[in-house]
Amino acid sequence: MAAEPTTAHSPTRSDVSESFTLRIRRYDPESGEAPYWVEHTIELEPHRSVLEGILQAKGRFDGSIGIRCSCKAAICGSCGVRVNGQPGLACHTHLDRAKATSRDGVIEIEPMGNMPVIKDLIVDMDAVHWKKVQRVTPWLINKTPIPEREYIVDRESMVDVTQSMACIQCGACVSDCLAMEVDPLFIGPAALAKSYRFVGDPRDAEQRERLMDLAEDPHGIYDCTHCFKCIEACPKGVAPMNQIMRLRRRATGDHHIVDRNNGERHEAAFVTLIKNYGLLWEAELLPRSYGGNSWFGKFAPPAGLELASSLPAITKAVMRRKVTIMGAVKPHKIPPADLKQVQAIYDEIEGRDKRIEYNLYISGRDEDNEDSPQERVEATGDAKSEDNA
Amino acid sequence: MPAHDVLILGAGLAGQRAALAAADAGASVAIMSKVHPVRSHSVAAAGGINAAINPADDWRSHAYDTVKGSDFIGDQDAIEVMCREAPHEVMHLEHIGVTFHRNETGALDLRAFGGASTKRTAYVADITGQAILHVLYEQLMKYHERVDRYEEWFTTSLLQDETGAVSGCIARDIRTGTLEIFTAKNVILATGGAGQCFKPTTNGLICTGDGIAQAYRLGAPLMDMEMVQYHPTCLVENGFLITEGARGEGAHLLNANGERFMEKYAPNKMELASRDVVSRAEQTEINEGRGVGPGGVGIYLDITVVPKKRTLEALREIVNIGKDFAGVDITREPILIRPGQHYIMGGVKTDIDGATPIEGLYAAGEVACVSVHGGNRLGANSLLDTLIFGRRAGEHAAQRAAGMAQPKPAAQQARLNDEQAWVKSIIDRPQTGRRIAEIKDELGTEMNRNVAVFREQAGLEHALEVVRRLKEEAKTAYVDDKGSVFNQDVLGAIELGYMLDCAECTVVAAIERKESRGAQFRTDYPERNDEVWMKHITLSRNGGDSPEIDYAPVTITQWQPEERKY
Repeated sequence: MAAEPTTAHSPTRSDVSESFTLRIRRYDPESGEAPYWVEHTIELEPHRSVLEGILQAKGRFDGSIGIRCSCKAAICGSCGVRVNGQPGLACHTHLDRAKATSRDGVIEIEPMGNMPVIKDLIVDMDAVHWKKVQRVTPWLINKTPIPEREYIVDRESMVDVTQSMACIQCGACVSDCLAMEVDPLFIGPAALAKSYRFVGDPRDAEQRERLMDLAEDPHGIYDCTHCFKCIEACPKGVAPMNQIMRLRRRATGDHHIVDRNNGERHEAAFVTLIKNYGLLWEAELLPRSYGGNSWFGKFAPPAGLELASSLPAITKAVMRRKVTIMGAVKPHKIPPADLKQVQAIYDEIEGRDKRIEYNLYISGRDEDNEDSPQERVEATGDAKSEDNA
Repeated sequence: MPAHDVLILGAGLAGQRAALAAADAGASVAIMSKVHPVRSHSVAAAGGINAAINPADDWRSHAYDTVKGSDFIGDQDAIEVMCREAPHEVMHLEHIGVTFHRNETGALDLRAFGGASTKRTAYVADITGQAILHVLYEQLMKYHERVDRYEEWFTTSLLQDETGAVSGCIARDIRTGTLEIFTAKNVILATGGAGQCFKPTTNGLICTGDGIAQAYRLGAPLMDMEMVQYHPTCLVENGFLITEGARGEGAHLLNANGERFMEKYAPNKMELASRDVVSRAEQTEINEGRGVGPGGVGIYLDITVVPKKRTLEALREIVNIGKDFAGVDITREPILIRPGQHYIMGGVKTDIDGATPIEGLYAAGEVACVSVHGGNRLGANSLLDTLIFGRRAGEHAAQRAAGMAQPKPAAQQARLNDEQAWVKSIIDRPQTGRRIAEIKDELGTEMNRNVAVFREQAGLEHALEVVRRLKEEAKTAYVDDKGSVFNQDVLGAIELGYMLDCAECTVVAAIERKESRGAQFRTDYPERNDEVWMKHITLSRNGGDSPEIDYAPVTITQWQPEERKY
């Protein structure tokens, strides 16, 4: 393209410094005192990062502010913090945007969650994050014989695992994982994404064993509650939850692992119900998940037991009018034309001979097409991950 | 008191590779790093790793390209070792799990890179360094019973026994502030470069030349310190790196007139000439008024000529960097770049096994100077350098350890007490000195002004004056943090001392070399002068506080110096 000197430089960019006030949560473990907040006002161009702001405060006013950092360019993964409550990298958050999302115009910076604080903004990653990574046997178990040259593998498979390879182990997803908040033993988004890097790698000899392990573990892949928090938190578009869903698809669809956590049956029931009715039928979902994926599932003993143990919750829901008796007994209905469309999606996807998993690196975009809005959606199969930055 | 056969300082690619190799060779190994290993700066290497793995390629061709890239002062014996062993090393990485991109046949795909006569760069999108670093760390986790890891420990001094051999180090546990003595039969320095002496730089904040300065203070000679690489494509805004892979995939460089100006400077290789050549071309365009952007201080890198699908697959990281740090969609518009400090070719002088002239002390990676890069490093040769010489140093140190007893240096407790007192004296400095950040800033700005792409006598002398003044001021720089837990402030004060030693050596060597070769371009001596300067400059601190200059011959095996054209 012709390069007009004036067109390319971002016109919205202001090169004039402005004042920003940072409210940093400090904690000195040697003082015996509780954490406290300190404010510093710094001067920087608005598009510079929160990390640069912190470094200026550290350099000019107080060298004792603790924060891990190195590359400043969102690649080393050191500076995971929470800015205005949102986890992410301090170097990956612009000052102007941080100010705009603050409660009172002051940018609030605190250490990540779900991990013990060592000092100021520094948390103990070893105690939580790295321990969980170690849990998933985080190294390649080679298929044998190991070839003399490289393994010859499908081109797409390597690009597919590159998305989880792109994880920089910053811990932002761990910080915000709601499932981990409830169940600290949950293996968690980062470690499970790491695990997909092996399960999706055709050179690994123990994919089935790995999946078995993760499906059978009560704190494994079925412990995730799809809250999307990790996808929002991830600064690198790794979309950990999507990797967890990939693990589930591999466990169920490819390896037919029926687990003791009822994950496989739950998924199957979900798929069948939506296919048949177009909408979820919650009253049917529970018995099928526990008793088996058919109308008769509710008569299987495990379904009865689960139903009995869920009765208090169900009663509460009815009392609070979250569900009605009739609504539970009858399936929800959608117009027949809509149902047809839902079923057409099923036909289309089930008719493919191969599952296509778009990711950051596999865009599904043709080389020379100018992208239409629709294509942009397609191009970002992991749509959330693309636009979170 | 921990004692090991091999103690490795630094846990980037060179350090981790050394640790794994030494463990495989049967040694008891410890690896220590001031940051968690995956935070090491190797993580930022983007483009790839060179190896003649295509059957139509030949390691000799790779070696010749490297020799030519070095402007003929790379040592050819070392270059031969590196290029010959490269294919095997890349296959090893593939076997332990690096997710290298494949071609349609499922074999490793290769991309073009600067200064290379053929496509020979294996890659993982544009996160190659990250992918390799994380895979090596996977292996370290696998080796957890065989390699002791000391993560977030900061080395304050190397130790020597009475014969002068290195016998371990003193290090501070950053989490607690405790100092401890580590005894080792061999120490391998793998602490990386000293890019923080410059501002801006593509290097992380941790790249403060620790190992270079520690070895120098022990009397080990440094070599090629004047050779500082400016990478041709760094964001004008903040110096962030845009991988050479972009040009490897076909991106163009354009000046204010929209011309692909590399035609004038390197008609055959164009944008893929070696880095010193491209950086000089850009700086010339800028200096002569053909720069673009505000103030005309930049050059356009036009990636829109690369097919979009390919950009998204193979240059994903710079799509993000463009979007997040420059507000530019590189698939739609050119991005503003300029040369920026990136790498130091120089470092602690070693042989091809990573051994320094000091008994028991090894070095590998950017901290070392073997010298495989000479006057200018080719893109995608740095990852290779770290892995080949990391492995060789690890193996060699393990062998050496097998035949010797654990050193028992005398008066250890006294030494530890002295060190404790020294650290405490830094923490207790009166509040009268300058701030550390201020000194560091002045150093970086001065180096980037006068020790950059173009250099000349008066500017270099000015830089030396500034560095020496800052060295004095650093001795009293004030430390705010009085605590023990994660006292990054006191570590910053120690690092500042390391940086100033490195900077001083760089400037002294740049003043000494009165010719233009590789990254050293003297506007007052614009020609290469093989008659006088076909030699390395070495610097050692022989007792005094400033470096003593000496020379080392360049090893030539099969390629005689010739005129260098791209």
